[in-house]
Amino acid sequence: MTIDATQALARRHHLRWWEALPWVAGIAMFFAFPTYLAFGTQLLITILFALSLDLVLGYAGIVTLGHAAFFGAGAYTVGILAQHFGWNEPLSGLAAAALVAGLIGLASGYVLLRTHGLTLLMLTLCTMTLLEQAGNMGAAWTGGFDGMPGLSFEKILGLFKFDVLYFKTQYLYALAVLFLGFLVVRRLVYSSFGQSLTGVRENLLRMHAVGAPVRARLVLAYTISAALAGVAGGLFTQTTGYVNLAVFGLERAAGVLIVLILGGHGRLYGAFVGAIAYLVLEHLLAKAYPTAWQLGIGATLILVALYARNGILGLGEALRRRLKGAT
Amino acid sequence: MSGAAALETRGLCKNFGALEVARDVNFRLERGARHALIGPNGAGKTTFVNLLTGLLAPSRGSVMLEGEDVTSLAQARRVKRGIARTFQINQLFRGLTVLENVSIAVSERLGVGGHMWRAAGRRSDVLDEAMRLVHTLRLAADANRRIVELPYGRQRLVEIAIALGLGPRVLLLDEPAAGVPSAESHIILDAIAGLPKDIAVLIIEHDMDLVFRFASRITVLVSGAVFAEGTPAEIAANQDVRAVYLGSALDA
Repeated sequence: MTIDATQALARRHHLRWWEALPWVAGIAMFFAFPTYLAFGTQLLITILFALSLDLVLGYAGIVTLGHAAFFGAGAYTVGILAQHFGWNEPLSGLAAAALVAGLIGLASGYVLLRTHGLTLLMLTLCTMTLLEQAGNMGAAWTGGFDGMPGLSFEKILGLFKFDVLYFKTQYLYALAVLFLGFLVVRRLVYSSFGQSLTGVRENLLRMHAVGAPVRARLVLAYTISAALAGVAGGLFTQTTGYVNLAVFGLERAAGVLIVLILGGHGRLYGAFVGAIAYLVLEHLLAKAYPTAWQLGIGATLILVALYARNGILGLGEALRRRLKGAT
Repeated sequence: MSGAAALETRGLCKNFGALEVARDVNFRLERGARHALIGPNGAGKTTFVNLLTGLLAPSRGSVMLEGEDVTSLAQARRVKRGIARTFQINQLFRGLTVLENVSIAVSERLGVGGHMWRAAGRRSDVLDEAMRLVHTLRLAADANRRIVELPYGRQRLVEIAIALGLGPRVLLLDEPAAGVPSAESHIILDAIAGLPKDIAVLIIEHDMDLVFRFASRITVLVSGAVFAEGTPAEIAANQDVRAVYLGSALDA
């Protein structure tokens, strides 16, 4: 029993066989549904965005309603560089998106993370709205309300041309970036740093009392998360060839929150499961009730909040525990 | 060996507006001491602990740790200097396992809590140390269980294990047996009796059995001020203390 406990902790970060499944499925989708790759690309970007949110919301317990601020910052960074500076190289574009979004995360996190709960929620929302308004008013740079349509980007690594018709290149590009982003987040959450973030989420008072520099840890996590959300936003602009103010919208910020709650927050794979569940649900509901599909999303959320606080993955875990208990 | 106490306060005052919760408290906790702080409800005992740990800043006066003034240091810095505490009401990482709870504390002490790349599970130094503490407090059978699954008495032991994980020179125990059914309180007693001798321990407790068995020195706090101090025999014989506190507590 005692050896079990140490081993359980020592093995937690080990890769398990089923962790290959999302990537196998991602590649399978490329071959099985070649006409759905534009949709698939958006799905992958949503997963990356949700993954960045999971780091702060799921692990560190920072409740934010304005994470699209960083998605938007990344999206506009790539757009403005391409439109005004002729900087069309995709990979360095993503790096710039990460840098700008990360800096905004650092600055806003430094100020906002003194607060908690509802205050923090409103302030994150304000940050996003401020950026949205800046995008609206700086029309000379951002294209204002209409945004910047018709952006084009160079070949990836000078080899792979963006595929306007079928999104083949975009899909694989997004899959590769998601994979790298995932590796970073996975590494972080299983590190001592990640463990201390979980500690902050579980008990702030105790975390102070064990002598942890709580605020510095939170600001750091927030910055990394913002940079990752910026990469997701940059990908969005590059793969679609346009950017407009919708990237900053409350709809996107709330959408990614719903994805995470649906899938299960603080669970690494909740972003994957949630994004797929959300988009499939949206697709099916829109087909069945074209005018009232959002009602279905709302009803689902209520059910999840009442009966499955840890989302779909949480349901799976509970089921597994019950099966184990039965045998 | 210098004559500096493990922990000392000089003229410590704290008021919330007009309410004085600590009044000119001069207090010495000797090195390796077993010292109890008692007093009626609302005497300011927990406030005093909060002043010692830096959770609260005093209005006046100073806190000295082994002769060094730490009054201006924030809580986290004082922890690094060797002041650890437990809470009157459990403050644990409830969704995590016992071993994780302790290893978070050990990680911070070893200064690896912010390391971002190496997996926490590969820190065998942290895990071994945490497991050793888990054994010491006889929590080994529960090491892999989450806090929420444990009975309250066992949770109290995790509080102590976390504090010990910080490698303290001074340990402040705020009512360690509070909320523990009397059938289980001997487990807490044993744990406290088994604490390393070189750690100075200050215990706040209402359970007089525990206080008189554990402490070699007792301070009585009333209305935020030191009312009496002495050996257990002196305190037990002190008529004033009996009048304000012990009498009512012993009747209860």
